[in-house]
Amino acid sequence: MTQTITLRVNGKEHTVEVPVQRLLIDCLRYDLGLTGTKEGCSVGVCGACTVLMDGQMISSCLTLAVLADGRELRTVEGLAQPDGTLSPVQQAFIDYGGFQCGICTPGMVTAATALLEANPRPTEDDIKEWMMGNLCRCTGYYKIIASIQGAAARLRGEETP
Amino acid sequence: MNPFAYHTPETQEEVLTLLHEHGDEAKLMAGGTALVIMMKQRLVMPETLISLHRLRGLDAVRQVNGDLHLGALLTHRAAETSSLVRTRLPVLAETYRHVATVRIRNVATVGGALAHADPNQDPPVTLLALDARVQLTSVDGSREVPLTDFFTDYYETVLRPDELLTAIRVPIPLPHTGSAYVKFLPRTADDYATVGVAATVRLDPATGTCQDCRIALGSVGSTPLRALQAEGVVRGQRLTPELLREAGAVAQQQTDPISDTRGSAEYKRAMAGVFVRRALEQAWRHAQAGS
Repeated sequence: MTQTITLRVNGKEHTVEVPVQRLLIDCLRYDLGLTGTKEGCSVGVCGACTVLMDGQMISSCLTLAVLADGRELRTVEGLAQPDGTLSPVQQAFIDYGGFQCGICTPGMVTAATALLEANPRPTEDDIKEWMMGNLCRCTGYYKIIASIQGAAARLRGEETP
Repeated sequence: MNPFAYHTPETQEEVLTLLHEHGDEAKLMAGGTALVIMMKQRLVMPETLISLHRLRGLDAVRQVNGDLHLGALLTHRAAETSSLVRTRLPVLAETYRHVATVRIRNVATVGGALAHADPNQDPPVTLLALDARVQLTSVDGSREVPLTDFFTDYYETVLRPDELLTAIRVPIPLPHTGSAYVKFLPRTADDYATVGVAATVRLDPATGTCQDCRIALGSVGSTPLRALQAEGVVRGQRLTPELLREAGAVAQQQTDPISDTRGSAEYKRAMAGVFVRRALEQAWRHAQAGS
């Protein structure tokens, strides 16, 4: 059984026909070619596949593509400006060394973007609670926290890159 | 994942009619965080999948007389941040807040979690200690079941194949009641617990003795369970270290844990006693503080 669905991804509308059992992450990566979103654990634990649906972060590996029909999605490809200028969160991850191998990074910056939209002034504990579901196997957590704090300060205009 | 027939009903009547037609061959999907994993692993292979994401009106929190009613499609995150839940049932808001991660709580629903009936979950434990009931609805009508009678075995409940869990009803605790949920997490904060314990204690403000008490445990049996005998030990008594120890010792006798990566059966049973003590003491202190 297939179904035709319309996804609005990073402001652009896509209409695709998918088998009903297709996962959102596979639809993004293979049907739409948006390979920035990564698959790690496949069971909703590691956070590599984090995308925003109607502004809320979700695991795209646990979401059926048909469930996203008509919804608004944001992926890591939608964070930078159209001219390629990185978002404050992305730039801070570079400036503060918030990644090493990079496999967790799309999920990390997407989750951190959602955090700073919900809470522009997070404490370190707020950051830890929010980011708990995003795992980094290079043990880079302290620099990730520093990156998010740096991005938050820049977004508030308290610090310039 | 195996293919299935897919339905997206928009009204409760449509859901109930579909369930009536398809019965055991159909699965309901609310948030899907547990079901999709089981479908990926082919532990569950429904012929028909009924997604509830277009169904409206089942995600509200309302105060009805002395109860708080949680719509079954309320997400964990919405329950955790609801001002009604936080003020009337703070222990429940805190329990939801400590389930998995924000990303899962954004999607997983309070009703879906109960229907899933995994004995390692946190909310059923607190809901048992709060004496919650669930409303189950089918084309034949509606019935209310105390949560103590709802779970029957691992992933098994009294829900009939044609029934939809529509609401959780939780009595708002009387004055001079304190409650607590504590869990033991030896690995990571988003892991399943080795044991989770919830307790509620209502005190006689004149004498300081316990008028009523409920204790529930998770992860130490095939269902979340009430420690009824331990509750009997506590009622009518004053708070002493000896009482807490005895309640813990009696409660752990009622557990039947299995050995796994979160501890051997013996260890889990011992920890159940320790955490019953801690939950009771915390609940008691909250009752004394008037919260």
